[in-house]
Amino acid sequence: MLRLLTLLLLTTSAHAQLAVRANLVYTMEGAPIENGVVLANADGQIEAVGPASSVTIPDGYQVLDAAVVTPGFVDARATVGLSGILNQSQDQDHLDTSGPIQPELRAIDAYDPTEDLVDWVLGFGVTTAHVGPSPGAPVAGQTAVFKTAAETVAEGLVEEAPMVVFVLGTGIRRNFDSPGTRAKEIAMLREALMEAQRYAEGMADEDEAKRPSRDLRKEAMARVLSGEAAALITAHRAHDILTALRLAQEFGLRMILDGGAEAYLVTDQLSDQQIPVILHPTMIRPNGDAQNASFETAKLLRDAGLTVAIQSGYESYVPKTRVVLFEAGVAATHGLGVEGALETITIDAARILGIDDRVGSLAEGKDADLVLFDGDPFEYTSHVCTVIADGVVVVDECR
Amino acid sequence: MRLAFLLCALLFALPVVAQPTAYIGATIYPIAGPPIEDGMLIVEDGRIVEVGPVRTNLRPGTQQVDVTGKVIMPGLVDTHSHVGEGDGGDRSAPLHPAVRILDAIDPMSDSFNRARAGGVTTMNIMPGSGHLMSGQTVYVKPRHALTIDEMLFCDDTLRGICGGMKMANGTNSIRSNPGPFPGTRAKSAALVRSLFLKAQQYQEKKEADPDHDRDIEMEALLEVMDGRRIVHFHTHRSHDILTALRLGDEFGFTPVLHHVSEGWKVADEIAAAGAPASIIVLDSPGGKIEADELYFITGGVLEAAGVDVAYHTDDYITDSRLFLRSAAFGVRGGMSRTAALESVTIAGARMLGLADRIGSLEAGKDADFIVLSGDPLSTYTHVEQTYLDGEKVFDRADPEDRAYAVGGYEVYRSGATHHHDH
Repeated sequence: MLRLLTLLLLTTSAHAQLAVRANLVYTMEGAPIENGVVLANADGQIEAVGPASSVTIPDGYQVLDAAVVTPGFVDARATVGLSGILNQSQDQDHLDTSGPIQPELRAIDAYDPTEDLVDWVLGFGVTTAHVGPSPGAPVAGQTAVFKTAAETVAEGLVEEAPMVVFVLGTGIRRNFDSPGTRAKEIAMLREALMEAQRYAEGMADEDEAKRPSRDLRKEAMARVLSGEAAALITAHRAHDILTALRLAQEFGLRMILDGGAEAYLVTDQLSDQQIPVILHPTMIRPNGDAQNASFETAKLLRDAGLTVAIQSGYESYVPKTRVVLFEAGVAATHGLGVEGALETITIDAARILGIDDRVGSLAEGKDADLVLFDGDPFEYTSHVCTVIADGVVVVDECR
Repeated sequence: MRLAFLLCALLFALPVVAQPTAYIGATIYPIAGPPIEDGMLIVEDGRIVEVGPVRTNLRPGTQQVDVTGKVIMPGLVDTHSHVGEGDGGDRSAPLHPAVRILDAIDPMSDSFNRARAGGVTTMNIMPGSGHLMSGQTVYVKPRHALTIDEMLFCDDTLRGICGGMKMANGTNSIRSNPGPFPGTRAKSAALVRSLFLKAQQYQEKKEADPDHDRDIEMEALLEVMDGRRIVHFHTHRSHDILTALRLGDEFGFTPVLHHVSEGWKVADEIAAAGAPASIIVLDSPGGKIEADELYFITGGVLEAAGVDVAYHTDDYITDSRLFLRSAAFGVRGGMSRTAALESVTIAGARMLGLADRIGSLEAGKDADFIVLSGDPLSTYTHVEQTYLDGEKVFDRADPEDRAYAVGGYEVYRSGATHHHDH
């Protein structure tokens, strides 16, 4: 609501041509630029990036100054908009427990772009979020990628159903009578995937009359089998991660590891398959399957050559969402450094989501999504003072 | 050879002669005064004997430790923690004044390692907020200990006052299917008032007849009413905060307000009541209805109104290892650096009634201090060492301790699974 008002007030400047000047510009396309300038055109795209000495600010551009500028952040795995601030049944749409395997559930049918928590993360620079169901069912549903500043699903949609959420480990047991064991769950998943294989084969029959009637569940699963959608598999314990790899191998899934608290134990296996990792929030509470989480996991995985993004994830209580800026900050001081940590919430997150042609770095032709800071982006005492989404100033108070 | 061995053995058998240790060259934040560049902290026999600029004419026999380039500040005081796997009142009633968490804590719980790694040297360990009064809290130092007695501030667990009293209002202690529990806020307050009234009547009987049967529930409440036992009052909403103050006013106690999520709305009222506020930083509002307006500004707004402000971890709601982060977020939200540094040290000590012993670096106080790699409020700073009564209890240079600071495979086996209603 607050943002709606702000947006109305700001509409006069919507899609103005913008010039952002900063002492330090992290483009994520190479070394940061000192005394840099970023120009955004009237289409909300980046027109030029470079040192002030080589980028001239054309007349008529609105000029904004900052100590540091980064690309808008890409939260690689969020539940904001499906999970609401109040934590009451009316604002919790992140998990349906009527059945353990429901790949047909679509994030686009549940996401509320006006949810306060979406505004909250936007206020800390998250301009793009990969939103999906919480990890509470063996197959919890489909994800979607949104621009967080948008007021409707249609307006904000970047990717409609890039992934389907699979969840291994013990976290699902409280929600279902069955599966009640790891082995049973995998048997159920294999059956569902084989069923979808038969469905896909049937649908490919040249004789239309022989094709099965459409089935949303099998259709969604078939998209995972064909690789059209990635399998985003949540697993924290090392043996669950290896089980995920086994499952992915059997069915040829395009796997992305989600969570990964013990991924540091199986970096060889993950590297062999070049599995990207959307890592749990750095400050995840060490309990349950994530009991062995470490502040240094992002560093250990990157050292092993893996592509890593850091997520906000799902929180069942307080805080109701995490903020990737803060999670990456703790990773920055645990081995990643500023640029490495920024990569996990900008360009590498965009690469894992397959949207790095549009977002994740500051380069000509990309979306003009920028975060302006009054100091080092990860210092606790620094502030995000301006957020620009598609060339529009959507946040203009320091927080 | 044998003689040398004997001499050696004899030397070690002698009582340990207190040898002063001087930590030299750090930037020292005494909290009791402005920061001292190139400072010196001298510790002897578990106490601080001197804090000031470096000087050369040290007493002979003073051990010297070079901490050039480091930062030293008092050990952190966490006014609200749940480490140690303790518990409080059970489901039988909403008010448990006689229940003591010290009877439940496991001193060997590895969750104490989180506190030591985070530089926490004193904590108020509390039972949960699911009751109007879940029991007596306990003030402890996270020493490596076998018994709870070794961790306490009080000398006598039978007659001493070893902690405060945990109270709560708002939704956590309300049940939709109440039984003995309240179903509304008004009922919550009525139950609390009835109990304190009973305590006043007990006091009258006791005064009239000293041989009146002991009632350990009533005794604890008398300690609250005569100001010897501090009430730590969980409260979020602005009107719940005012209710907590009203109850205190009626029965003669000034509560330490805890969480105080909407304290920014009633900062002047809190200041007028003279109630201190122990608050929490959460990375987003919400997660429960009462916290949907919890923002980083609270510390700064309360400071400006003249309220004494401390931060707490509520561990495991936030992680003791990152406790300094809370103070830094206070600054992010508008607090002064000075108040923010006090908020995790002396302000907390005041709220526990322990400011004469801990919370600042001053001669005569307990030698509880931490050595940091840099600015206490920077993301990039690590707690390098934690000292309790002059003894090092955490050292990041030690691989085992380092693991406690960062986590990893089977570093923590217990404690972290504790869950309670925040």
